[in-house]
Amino acid sequence: MPQISQFAESWYAASQIFWVLLTFGFVFFVIGRGMLPKIEATVDARDRKVADDLAAAKAAHAAADNLEESYRQQSDASRAAAQKAVTDAKDKAAKDAEKRLAKVDAELADKLSAAEADVNAARTSAMAEIESVAAEAAGDLVAKLSGVNVAAADAKAAVKAVLHG
Amino acid sequence: MADQGKVDPMHQFEVQKMFDMFHVGNHEVAFTTSAMWMVIAGLLLWVFMIGGMKRQLVPGRWQVAVEGFTGFISGMMNANIGPEGRKYTPYVFSLFMFILMLNVIGLMPLGLFGVHPFTVTSHFTITGFLAILSFSIVLIVGFWRHGLHFFSLFVPHGTPWWLLWLIPVIELVSFLVRPFSLALRLFVAMTAGHVLMKVFASFIIDGIAAGPAVGLGVGIPSMALMVGISGLELLVAGIQAYVFALLTSLYLNDAVNLH
Repeated sequence: MPQISQFAESWYAASQIFWVLLTFGFVFFVIGRGMLPKIEATVDARDRKVADDLAAAKAAHAAADNLEESYRQQSDASRAAAQKAVTDAKDKAAKDAEKRLAKVDAELADKLSAAEADVNAARTSAMAEIESVAAEAAGDLVAKLSGVNVAAADAKAAVKAVLHG
Repeated sequence: MADQGKVDPMHQFEVQKMFDMFHVGNHEVAFTTSAMWMVIAGLLLWVFMIGGMKRQLVPGRWQVAVEGFTGFISGMMNANIGPEGRKYTPYVFSLFMFILMLNVIGLMPLGLFGVHPFTVTSHFTITGFLAILSFSIVLIVGFWRHGLHFFSLFVPHGTPWWLLWLIPVIELVSFLVRPFSLALRLFVAMTAGHVLMKVFASFIIDGIAAGPAVGLGVGIPSMALMVGISGLELLVAGIQAYVFALLTSLYLNDAVNLH
C-alpha cells in the first residue's frame, strides 16, 4: 500500500502536508472567505427582494380590494342618491301637476259659474223684454181686432197672467 | 504496472515526485503528482466559483449551480448549528468543495488522454490533515466559547450518578476517535473504490490474455460490473465529501452549543 510504504521516503509526508496546506489554504481564504460571502449575500439579497416584493404585492392586493369595496360602496350610495332624486322629482312633479290642476279646476269652476250667472241674467232680461214686447203686441192685436185701446198696464198684466200661469 | 504484465491495483496510489523544491530540516518538499492534482482542483474550484460571482438578481445557469452548492452547505450549517453556524460556513464549504473536487477528479477517465489520474483523497496524509484541522477547530471553538465548561460535553444530560465513572470515559474515547474516523472513512472509501475498479479491469485484461472464450466470459460481466461500480463511485465521491462536511458541522455544533 503506497500510502503507508511511501512514508519511508523523506519527501512524501512533508510534500503532502505542504501542498495540502497551500491548496486548502487557497481554497479557504480565496474561495471560502473571499467568494462565498459575496455569493451568500447575493442569495440573501434576492431572498429579501422576493419577500419584499411578495409583501408589496400582498399590500397592493389588499389596497385594490379596499378600493374596490369603497368604489362599490360609493356607487351603491350614488345609485341610491340618484334613485332618491328621481323619486323626489317624480313626487314634486306629481304634486305640482296636482296643484296646477286644482288651480285650473278652480278657475274653470269660477268661469263656469260666471258664465251661468251671465246666462241667467241674460235669460231674465230676455224674459222681461219678451213680456213688454208681448204686451205691446197684445195691445196692438186687441186694437186692430176690436178697435179698443187697451191701456199698456192692463195689457202687461194680462200677458203676465198668461206667461206665468 | 508490476512485473509479468499484471495489473497492480495499488500502483495508482503511488505519489510520484515531479520536481524538488526545498528542504525543511531533513525533509524534502517536492512538487508531486498529488500536489499537481490539488492545485488543479483548487484552480477548477476557483474557476467554478468565478462563474457564480456575477451576482445577478435573476441568475444564469452557472450562477444557479454555484448558488446551489453554497445554499446546500449554508442550509446544512443552519440546520445543524443554527444561525451561529454561518460563521463556520466558509470553512465547511471549502472542505466540502475541495474534497468533492478531489474525489471527482480522481474518477475522471483521464487515462484515455494519457494523463495519469490520481485520487488525492485516497491518502490518509491528506484526509488526516483535513480531519485534524476540523478537530482542532472544534477544540479551539469549544474551549474559546465555553472554557473548561467544554468538558461537560463528556457528561450527557440524564446520566445516572452511579454511571458517572464510566460514561465520561466512553464519551472521551468516542470524542478522541473522531479525527481518526473522519480521516479513515474518506481514505478507505476512496482507496477501496479505486482498488475495486482496478481489480475488475485486471480481470478483463487477464481474461483476454487467457483466450477469447475466457476473455468474453469474464470480460463482459466484469465490464458490466465496472460500469455500475463507476456510477456507484461517483455517488460515493459525493457522499464522502458530504459526510466529511456533515460530521464536521455536527462536531462544530457540539463545540458551539454544547448539547
